[in-house]
Amino acid sequence: MHPFKTDRTMAAISDSLRLRASRWKAGAGMARWLGVLPFFVFVILFLILPTLYIVVGAFRQTGGGWTFDNILNLRQQSIINAYWVSIKVSFWSALLGCVIGFAMAASVVLWGVDRRLRNPLLTFSGVASNFAGVPLAFAFIATLGPAGLITLYLRTEFGINLRAWGWNLLSSKGLIVTYLFFQIPLMILIITPALDGLRREWREAAAVLGASSLQYWRMVALPILFPSILGCMALLFANAFGAVATAIALTGPALNIAPILLYAQIRGDVLGNPNLGYALALGMIVITAAANSLYIWLRARSERWLK
Amino acid sequence: MTRILAWAIFLLGCLYFVLPLWGMTEFSLRMRRGEYSLDAYASILANAEFQRTFAFSVTMALVTIVVGVLIVVPTAFWVRLRMPGLRPLIEFLTLLPLVIPAIVIVFGYIRLYNTSSWLPLTGTAMGTNILLAMGYTVLALPYMYRAVDTALRSIDVTTLTEAAQSLGAGWGTILWRIILPNVLAGVLSGAFLTFAIVVGEFTMAALLDRPAFGPFMQRLGQDRAYEPVALAVIAFAITWACMGLISLVTRTQKHLRAAS
Repeated sequence: MHPFKTDRTMAAISDSLRLRASRWKAGAGMARWLGVLPFFVFVILFLILPTLYIVVGAFRQTGGGWTFDNILNLRQQSIINAYWVSIKVSFWSALLGCVIGFAMAASVVLWGVDRRLRNPLLTFSGVASNFAGVPLAFAFIATLGPAGLITLYLRTEFGINLRAWGWNLLSSKGLIVTYLFFQIPLMILIITPALDGLRREWREAAAVLGASSLQYWRMVALPILFPSILGCMALLFANAFGAVATAIALTGPALNIAPILLYAQIRGDVLGNPNLGYALALGMIVITAAANSLYIWLRARSERWLK
Repeated sequence: MTRILAWAIFLLGCLYFVLPLWGMTEFSLRMRRGEYSLDAYASILANAEFQRTFAFSVTMALVTIVVGVLIVVPTAFWVRLRMPGLRPLIEFLTLLPLVIPAIVIVFGYIRLYNTSSWLPLTGTAMGTNILLAMGYTVLALPYMYRAVDTALRSIDVTTLTEAAQSLGAGWGTILWRIILPNVLAGVLSGAFLTFAIVVGEFTMAALLDRPAFGPFMQRLGQDRAYEPVALAVIAFAITWACMGLISLVTRTQKHLRAAS
């Protein structure tokens, strides 16, 4: 057979195949949306619509009509305080979680603690980062509460009265210490892969050029890791900001933080205005969404170097 | 020098994690005056409300897992096979539950599905149970989707599907007998994580007023001393067990892959 003809035949066959393939796809055109329909129905009914209801409600008046009053009314002292305490607790628990988690991960991955401890550390972090909510609060009450293990031990053995030193578990400081129990492990889980990505060559190159270990960290490693670390901090912030159960089980309704205020509002309209409740919830969405967007953006940036 | 410092940091960090765990275990054993005993555990296990709420939450967790698998597996499969263009949107949607706090989602449920709405789910106990299960499925969505999607990535979905189709298999058969067994490790990982999250969940259950384990723990914490801490130990053991099962499943899967 003439080679040219073979080519033509082949082309014709492949064309007709392609046509059939595309018709097969096109024929399933509308039908293929059926495959994702259950997912979209579920997500719209149980995630999108409920959230939209709150968001829209934040801009509605009690009698109907649109308004910005609910948002402006968030400027009440008690609400601003609640947000502020929440932001402070989330910020400090995120910052400390980042620093301590980073140090623990780096001590195993880079700084010479037995590498066989790496997997147990990661496994434990997986457990601890999921050990949140009510039981976590109980664990800390049993340890650092007024009758807790450490509190009693320090008082009977050393005569140190933690209370007199200004320690109170049922306060924002206590909340920070408690939140660290899931913040540090989360940091370890996210930052360990990033630390693995630091190449030995970079360190050697820096050493060859005469850099001290400190200079290597200041001028090479930290700038590369910085987006990851900052991103983790944003994620940890959002993680703490949305936590409700631990706070309620630890302090009850006593501590005035945003999620507890919202909880009380949902249970019994303590603000005396349902639409103000929506605005309060909207504020929480905005803050966690901002923190999460920052995390996603920074993670994309950090992936340029760490592959 | 760095090494000693690194050990110091590491051990101090470990101390922070060990102390509360030790603290709660020790505290839970102190119910009987002057000696260690398991009285708190005996008291809690005999508590009728504990049995009821725990059974309720375990049932909820199982329902959540089934609903989650039914929604996630076909969707992730279909997106990989036919609608790769939808991937970014679906991934974004499955991440949303991490962005929107659970308390806001359940707030929306209470208002949207109240007794005077078009779908009055909160009007009946069964309806509220369904709503809670859906809420838990939403909470589990990010973990479930990621686990299943990662598992799907490691198999050749298109070839397997075409092979099954050429042998005359329908979509149901493909999903149930081809795809599900292949992504089982992912599904199980997602399922155990879901179980760990759902069993002790507090916010949604409390606000929907369901007799679940989380709110029960919180109430018990207000008027008892030792039993709640015993519960915390049990909850920690459950979380441990779930994570242990996840790593077991992943490791077994790797062994099987390596062997085949």
